[in-house]
Amino acid sequence: MNPTNYLVLSAILFSIGAAGVLVRRNAIVVFMCVELMLNASNLAFVTFARTNGTLDGQVVAFFVMVVAAAEVVIGLAIIVTIFRTRNSASVDEPNLLKL
Amino acid sequence: MNNTLAVLASGEASPGEVVQATGTFALIVALIAIPVAGAVLLLLAGRRANRWGHWLGTAIVLAAFAVACVLFVALLAQPEDARTINQYLWDWIDVGTFQAPFALQLDPLSMVFVLLITGVGSLIHIYSISYMEHDPERRKFFAYLNLFIAAMLLLVLANNYLLLYVGWEGVGLASYLLIGFWFHKPSAATAAKKAFVVNRVGDFGLSLAIMMMFATLGTFTFEGVNATVGQADSTMVTWIGLALLLAACGKSAQFPLQSWLLDAMEGPTPVSALIHAATMVTAGVYLIVRSAEIFNLSETARLAVVIVGTITLLMGAIIGSAKDDIKKGLAGSTMSQIGYMFLAAGLGPVGYVFAIFHLLTHGIFKALLFLSAGSVMHGMDDEVNMRHYGALRKAMMVTWAVFGIGYLSIIGVPPFAGFWSKDEIIHAAWAEHPIAGFAALVGAGVTAFYMTRMMAMTFYGKARWDDGVHPHESSAVMTIPMIILALGSAVAGYLMLYTANIEEWLAPVTGYEEVDGSIATPVMIAMTLTVVVIGVVIGWRQYAMREVPRVAPTQVSALTVAARHDLYGDAVNEALFMRPGQHLTRTLVWTDNKIVDGAVNGTAAGIGGLSARMRRWQTGYVRSYALTMLLGVVVLGAVLALGVAL
Repeated sequence: MNPTNYLVLSAILFSIGAAGVLVRRNAIVVFMCVELMLNASNLAFVTFARTNGTLDGQVVAFFVMVVAAAEVVIGLAIIVTIFRTRNSASVDEPNLLKL
Repeated sequence: MNNTLAVLASGEASPGEVVQATGTFALIVALIAIPVAGAVLLLLAGRRANRWGHWLGTAIVLAAFAVACVLFVALLAQPEDARTINQYLWDWIDVGTFQAPFALQLDPLSMVFVLLITGVGSLIHIYSISYMEHDPERRKFFAYLNLFIAAMLLLVLANNYLLLYVGWEGVGLASYLLIGFWFHKPSAATAAKKAFVVNRVGDFGLSLAIMMMFATLGTFTFEGVNATVGQADSTMVTWIGLALLLAACGKSAQFPLQSWLLDAMEGPTPVSALIHAATMVTAGVYLIVRSAEIFNLSETARLAVVIVGTITLLMGAIIGSAKDDIKKGLAGSTMSQIGYMFLAAGLGPVGYVFAIFHLLTHGIFKALLFLSAGSVMHGMDDEVNMRHYGALRKAMMVTWAVFGIGYLSIIGVPPFAGFWSKDEIIHAAWAEHPIAGFAALVGAGVTAFYMTRMMAMTFYGKARWDDGVHPHESSAVMTIPMIILALGSAVAGYLMLYTANIEEWLAPVTGYEEVDGSIATPVMIAMTLTVVVIGVVIGWRQYAMREVPRVAPTQVSALTVAARHDLYGDAVNEALFMRPGQHLTRTLVWTDNKIVDGAVNGTAAGIGGLSARMRRWQTGYVRSYALTMLLGVVVLGAVLALGVAL
């Protein structure tokens, strides 16, 4: 198969994820979009590894998955805590850092 | 002035061998150490010393005088060419080639000063015991007087210009403290500040002179300067001489730095007698005579000294003629007499000796006149206006008699002290600079006039006392020092000139040359005495035979008005220095406030405003940060992509 298709898919997925992060208010959805972007980049890594015939990209994809798993744990914990204190999962609500 | 060079070549003016201090001469340092100890003790002991402080202060100076006498006898026993004794104490500053030893030098010139300072100083200390009796701060007064004596002795005993400078500043400090002794009076506090500031101008000259000496000669000890100045660049020597003259003008209240002395009379009268008549104000003359080798080489510098002296001797005499305040009259007279000394010092080797001679006789009779004036004030409830005196002869016989001797001495009636010294100066001036000689002759006449005026207004005529004033003679503690000084004023001139032979005594240090007299001495004396008699007669007719009004008349000549305003010395200073200075400071303050501060504050405000604007970017919305990050990544990616493409 032509690897370009995989790369185009990866770009589309990344764009969807980025747009989701920018436009959605719900923290869970934003979080899912972030995951989508990570997976889009994973797809690109794997495609490049296949194209070049090396294992480097595959290994990096594994690293990204591990980091993403850890990130999910922390991220969900934060979201749950915010929801408990503010009764909302909107990302626009916690703007206390602003002066 | 070729004869000057001849003198130098013959070595007559060169000092003899320098001898290290041993035996009796080890006492030189005690001269300074004793009064320093007295001052420190009196200042540290505080109120505890109030009961005996004045006795201690007086005993200290008497002890110093005793040491001075011992040293004098020892110095007399030395052979004539070995009378320069150096006492090295310690290295004061030792940095590379810049070496200032803390070393003292006793030679015939210092010796006469030491005797004058401690001798007259002792008498004035004794006098002050009674004069300051009712002052609660009498102990402090004596502490300052001791401090002054110590500083003045350091000034005349230093063996280099830098150490002399220490003494020079020390007497300036003591003078400041004592002029402002009654600092609760605003006029006294102002006068003290004025004296300090004007003296600072002169001190600037001295520091310049020392720096130039070090730069050109590489040394500033008297010995080193005297030995090397002959090979130095003559322009530089002239500049050094002029800088020294500036220093001397400041300390000795000579034109153009004369304005502080009249105000300095705000201090207690013993201070005026000791510091502002007998010793400190004559330090300028000492400086010039001490630097004889420098002035010998520069005719310009000597001419400048002559001009300054001539102007000041006339100015002082004119101011003295118009003052109603007895102390200010005497202060004008002091300026004038120091003008005579400057004139003599500016004449070169023919005059140095007579400058010092007149300094010594003046130190005695002017101290006497001031102490007598103090005695009069004491009996008149501190009244200083001579228009409120009159007819005090009967009430104060002793004061009248001693003032009379001082009067005869200052106007130059033979055989009193002032006659011998002033006559020598006029004679020498007449031979070297006829114009200055003529001015000195006129000055002698004016001196006779203002002193007669003072004498007549104070002791003769009708009593013009304020109500409730009961003049009385002062106590013996005050009159005895006056009587001793009166004896000195009567005989010291003759004794110093003929018995002690002051020319021979001073010649090894200052050099001496006979005046090749253009006018025979008897003719000169006759001329001087004629002028003096004219002055006396005018003064007597105007102030003893006519009624003296109690209030100063306002319909007077322009000269009198000018003299009453100190010949506009203050006005000139204000117009030339003070007001431009004020404008300058105001401009600088404005520049500082508006331009310098404006730039600093403007920058701060600009950055503050900018940051306030930049703060808006921090919205606190996570999504906008995410957008910024995305845009950043896109821009970065675009740049990279373009960079790769290019």
